[in-house]
Amino acid sequence: MTVQPEDTRPGGASSATVHAVLLLHPDDNVVVVCRTVTAGETVDMAGVPLLVRSSVGVGHKLARQALHVGDKVRRYGAPIGSMTQSAAAGEHVHLHNLQSDYLHTYTLDSGNAFVEEPTPAGEAHS
Amino acid sequence: MNGYLRQDGRKGIRNVLLVAYLVECAHHVSREIAVQTRDQDVQLIGFSGCYPNAYAQGLMERLCTHPNVGGVLLVSLGCEGFNRHRLAETIRESGRPVQTLVIQERGGTRKTIQEGTDWIRAARSELENVPRTPFDWSDLIVGTVCGGSDGTSGISANPAVGGAFDLLVERGSTCIFEETGELIGCEAHMAGRAITPQLGQALVDSVHKAARYYTTMGHGSFAPGNADGGLTTQEEKSLGAYAKSGFGPIHGLIRPGETTPAPGLYLMDVVPDGEVRFGFPNINDTSENIEMIASGAHMILFTTGRGSVVGSAISPVIKVCGNPETYRRMQDDMDVNAGAILEGTATLPQVSAQIVDLIEAVAGGAQSASESLGHQEFVLTYKTFEASGPACLPLA
Repeated sequence: MTVQPEDTRPGGASSATVHAVLLLHPDDNVVVVCRTVTAGETVDMAGVPLLVRSSVGVGHKLARQALHVGDKVRRYGAPIGSMTQSAAAGEHVHLHNLQSDYLHTYTLDSGNAFVEEPTPAGEAHS
Repeated sequence: MNGYLRQDGRKGIRNVLLVAYLVECAHHVSREIAVQTRDQDVQLIGFSGCYPNAYAQGLMERLCTHPNVGGVLLVSLGCEGFNRHRLAETIRESGRPVQTLVIQERGGTRKTIQEGTDWIRAARSELENVPRTPFDWSDLIVGTVCGGSDGTSGISANPAVGGAFDLLVERGSTCIFEETGELIGCEAHMAGRAITPQLGQALVDSVHKAARYYTTMGHGSFAPGNADGGLTTQEEKSLGAYAKSGFGPIHGLIRPGETTPAPGLYLMDVVPDGEVRFGFPNINDTSENIEMIASGAHMILFTTGRGSVVGSAISPVIKVCGNPETYRRMQDDMDVNAGAILEGTATLPQVSAQIVDLIEAVAGGAQSASESLGHQEFVLTYKTFEASGPACLPLA
């Protein structure tokens, strides 16, 4: 069975306004994308315009402001890791410029797997 | 809501018959019995290992006497280490019909399948006599798991389930959330919600144990699909996962298979105690579902962003999808479109209320999407746990 949300309450959402990005907490320095966005478009970010510099899909993050190496990235008002590369406002913030302060993130392409890296030729095991 | 009354006073929302293999060598015979009797509401569970393990033994005992289970057929090869005598005795003492078929004694594959299917048909007619009883909100135990999370999970599906948990606890139900490895970074906040300072410290310790365990394993609870969906780090995933627990006080910390002493909100510590052994704490989402069910969960609220399709043996799984694009692509597998929150067509409290309504319908017999599609996933692995100390269960 499937339940489709319906708006039946007074004061509930009245129109299907798809926000492009969500600012989850006033202290955050990234916003979350709610619909696919395209580089070059300007979207509304809680009343402030944001020029999108990366085309990304739903659930991804864009920098709210310029971010520098070592900056803590905040989402939900809480730190989610540190910047390893700088990013301009509107740029994609993800694996290429943000890393965990706890555990490495594993992806199929980027490594960090629980798999031993091959030892380079000529290098002895210690 | 209407339940099945068991001899120990607990109430189930389903009346399934289980076929349980006690070693991988008995898996095929058990599956054949279950497939040939699938019209009898039969489900297949089992433990693959040949070596005995207290955790696996305990979980099998808890699962075979779960309120949603009416009777059990145990299938043994005959030489494995699992204590089939003790398991059968536990089931018998619970008042359920139980039969043990030892393949080596019955004369092999063909004869065991025949005897098994005969027993199932007889047991099913016996189960028609299980008394029905009113099922109240205070009888209900609900678990929540997230799987295939993406960047939307933490802002739509997970907080919607958190809101549903708050509503359920208000009505006197018991709610369980879990995966301490996916709460790394949230421990201090969680401790502030504990009903005693000692429990708060136990919650912090459980997350630190998870961080140590995963660090030793060299891999966090983070899959490549999480990154494809916009999640970058473990702590980002954790904050989103934590939203499933709602805002209420935390009443206790339980290990898999332990029971909750009173209604309220509980964290399940799924990471083994002691030195690291036997591999990853939870090898997949299904192992989390099964551990919550072993602690009595009648159903599971399963949130997803990338699009998980799993259901479970024993207890229905309700799918709450946080990503509106995934929902449209995989609608047949989903029960609730929490992505509507992102698209502005529903509010968070509305979706939480819909989840509670759906729980009531499923408890009353309506099939969830995964249930109607025949999903009955099951997995059980080796683990080691110590019993919870008194600080973990202040209400006991």
